[in-house]
Amino acid sequence: MTIASPPSPSPQPLRLQPTGWLRYFSFSLDHKVIGLQYIVCGFLFYFVGGALAGVIRTELATPISDFVSRDTYNQVLTLHGTVMIFLWIVPVVNGGFGNYLIPFYVGARDMAFPRLNAVAFWMIPPSGLLLISSYFIGGAAQSGWTAYPPLSLTTPAMGQILWIVSVLLLGGSSIFGGINFIATILKFRQPGLKLMMLPMYCWAMLGTSILVVLATPVLAGTLILLSLDIVAHTGFFNPAAGGNAVVYQHLFWFYSHPAVYIMVLPAFGLVSEILPVHARKPLFGYVTMVYSIMAIVILGLVVWAHHMFTSGTPPWMRLFFTIATAFIAVPTGIKFFNWIATLWQGRLALNSAMLFSCAFILQFVFGGITGVALAQVPFDVHVHDTYFVVAHFHYIVYGGTVFVIFASIYHWFPKFSGRMLNEDLGRLHLALTFIGFNLCFAPQHWLGLNGMPRRVAEYDPQFSLINQISSVGALLMAISTLPFLINVVMSLLQGPAAGPNPWRALTPEWLTSSPPPVENWIGAAPLVEEPYGYGSSEGRIDVNQARGQDLWRQQP
Amino acid sequence: MRIPSAIITLIAGMALVLLGQWVANDVNWLPVSASTNAPVYDELFRVLLAIGTMLLVGMTGVVVYSLIRFRRRDGDQQDGPPVEGNLSLELFWTAIPAVVVLFLGIYSYDIYDRMGGMTDLNAHGMDHHAAELASVRQSQPGDEERIWGGIAPASSNEAVLPVEVTALQFAFVFHYPEQNITSGELHVPSGQAVELRMKANDVIHAFWVPEFRIKQDIIPGQPTVLTFTANQTGDYPIVCAELCGPYHGGMRSHVVVDEPESFATWVETNTPATLS
Repeated sequence: MTIASPPSPSPQPLRLQPTGWLRYFSFSLDHKVIGLQYIVCGFLFYFVGGALAGVIRTELATPISDFVSRDTYNQVLTLHGTVMIFLWIVPVVNGGFGNYLIPFYVGARDMAFPRLNAVAFWMIPPSGLLLISSYFIGGAAQSGWTAYPPLSLTTPAMGQILWIVSVLLLGGSSIFGGINFIATILKFRQPGLKLMMLPMYCWAMLGTSILVVLATPVLAGTLILLSLDIVAHTGFFNPAAGGNAVVYQHLFWFYSHPAVYIMVLPAFGLVSEILPVHARKPLFGYVTMVYSIMAIVILGLVVWAHHMFTSGTPPWMRLFFTIATAFIAVPTGIKFFNWIATLWQGRLALNSAMLFSCAFILQFVFGGITGVALAQVPFDVHVHDTYFVVAHFHYIVYGGTVFVIFASIYHWFPKFSGRMLNEDLGRLHLALTFIGFNLCFAPQHWLGLNGMPRRVAEYDPQFSLINQISSVGALLMAISTLPFLINVVMSLLQGPAAGPNPWRALTPEWLTSSPPPVENWIGAAPLVEEPYGYGSSEGRIDVNQARGQDLWRQQP
Repeated sequence: MRIPSAIITLIAGMALVLLGQWVANDVNWLPVSASTNAPVYDELFRVLLAIGTMLLVGMTGVVVYSLIRFRRRDGDQQDGPPVEGNLSLELFWTAIPAVVVLFLGIYSYDIYDRMGGMTDLNAHGMDHHAAELASVRQSQPGDEERIWGGIAPASSNEAVLPVEVTALQFAFVFHYPEQNITSGELHVPSGQAVELRMKANDVIHAFWVPEFRIKQDIIPGQPTVLTFTANQTGDYPIVCAELCGPYHGGMRSHVVVDEPESFATWVETNTPATLS
């Protein structure tokens, strides 16, 4: 006897969220969707910031102020700094790659707080648009991304207030993300996964998130006081009302120096993931790498006053901050030596991910050397607030972080999309970016040493030639984005299929299909005890044949 | 014949040291030095440049060498050696930067001390410079305590030329209280210490003379003092180095360093007639 079952009323399982391309525009709770939302959104803002940089370099091609008005120029440089820091680098290296990778690395199906995660992302586009729209409604802020009072109190209030509101929102988003990462890394590890088995990027994100949670509220409080000075005419930072302008600088840099590590530590983590895979060697010195990250976190919180050596700080403070700042070079140096030791005697694949990572190493070392020099008070007193500093921090945040973002996109694009990027276009992108970047920023060291201050629209005509060279470099950097864009679009449409693990990598995100399913793995999550176990052939499974189940802990 | 790697390392290291020395001593990146503390500064700069060049060229060399020497040949699916770390090597490259950084810190402290940066303005009241400072304070009874600019205090044996600097959007105004001269550019005699008593009324500015290697923010509400001794006659730019508004880039002036005689002439021709 057979029972004819009635046809099921809903053959499709009920989906709570859009599934196709539409999910990238939705309030998706999937950490991978949110990660890609961060990355693509950050990239759009990168173009805005890059266009603003183009305006700056065009203006500086001649020694007189002739391209945009002086007011506009100051708005442009303020927006350039704010967009690049708060809308491109911080969201992409933290929110973007962090959301995509951290749940994989701890063996979780999603972040600890998926809704908070989506809220954190969706705060970014509105606040970014608010910031940029301030240019069209009465003019953007003109006091630089540092917004030092009393200048920020005397420039048009509307733009400054909109700047404060959008930075507050972005800082809030950053704090939400930081809380989420700390909870995920510490509490969502699968059973058996010890802290010292985590891939290095988890440690980097843990350190970064601690900095975010400790330092960002200080910035928020400071900006609220600043906005009260502007709208309610209080006198916290306004000397005319009995306030103290230098206190603002202390509070601002208490966040904004750690912000450098908020941008750079995740980049360190990403490089630590990329290099072992393409060098086919274990990450050298895992334990010292972990301790270096934590040392950078602690030291990073006590160096802020090196931005204020000409602000009338007392001598003991100058001495303390010199020593503390210079000592950050020690843990940072350990990381760089360890990366080079990872490369040594490896089997280096000279692909775009590897080459961008190596370019990062060289440029960050350069930026680090000028950084140690800048920590020395007598040296800093001469070059503070000059193009030397501009060159230094672009070597850190562009030569360091942005190069790592590109390396990471070349490395993880097969996982994101299931397709490979074109390596020839990738290497062309690298060559153009590397030459353009160094042509743009290396000569600026000389400009600063010889008397060109930063944030100027006009300068001594003796600096014309070097500025023009620098502008040519900037143009080359702009052009270098074209092969990248063509590459991404072409590869998305017709790139060769990547398969689950094109790099034969061992970290857990590669032990699933590309792109991964919604909850990351079909079946149980793999337990990866040795994320960098390259190089030993004994007792190992060929990763091309391996599936997640093979990597379960089978021993009792 | 294979050359032992220790010898290659030694030779590479010596070449690096020579290169660093050469760059530091024979390549000039800095503008003319025109004050007494500029040569001290340049000494520190040369040390930093030598160490920095050695590090940068050395690291670049190792990375480029690795990329070429250890590149993966086509079809090579093998892994590198499973080296996960080396404690003594890691201790070595923790200790070396720590020593270098410590040395630099102590050295720059010494340089800073020689520039006079560690002298507290309040401690100044103790030494024989006290008389001048007392006169400063008496001449401005309502003035609050000034913040020491931190560079190049006056050598206390000679007379100090006081100049009051007012920075405003977008100019520097120099006033010589003893001569009652007000000027848009700064004239100073060569070889005599000059004390700038600086204040700003609107926003933060910064007083920078690249040829003197000195910079000090001029902060509203917190008057600052900056002392220097020019020792090379000439005409040098004064640059505002803190974003102060739309015309920040145009906020420049000059400092003219004269021989003492020509400075005296300048003072004579510019002193208002009412005083004489």
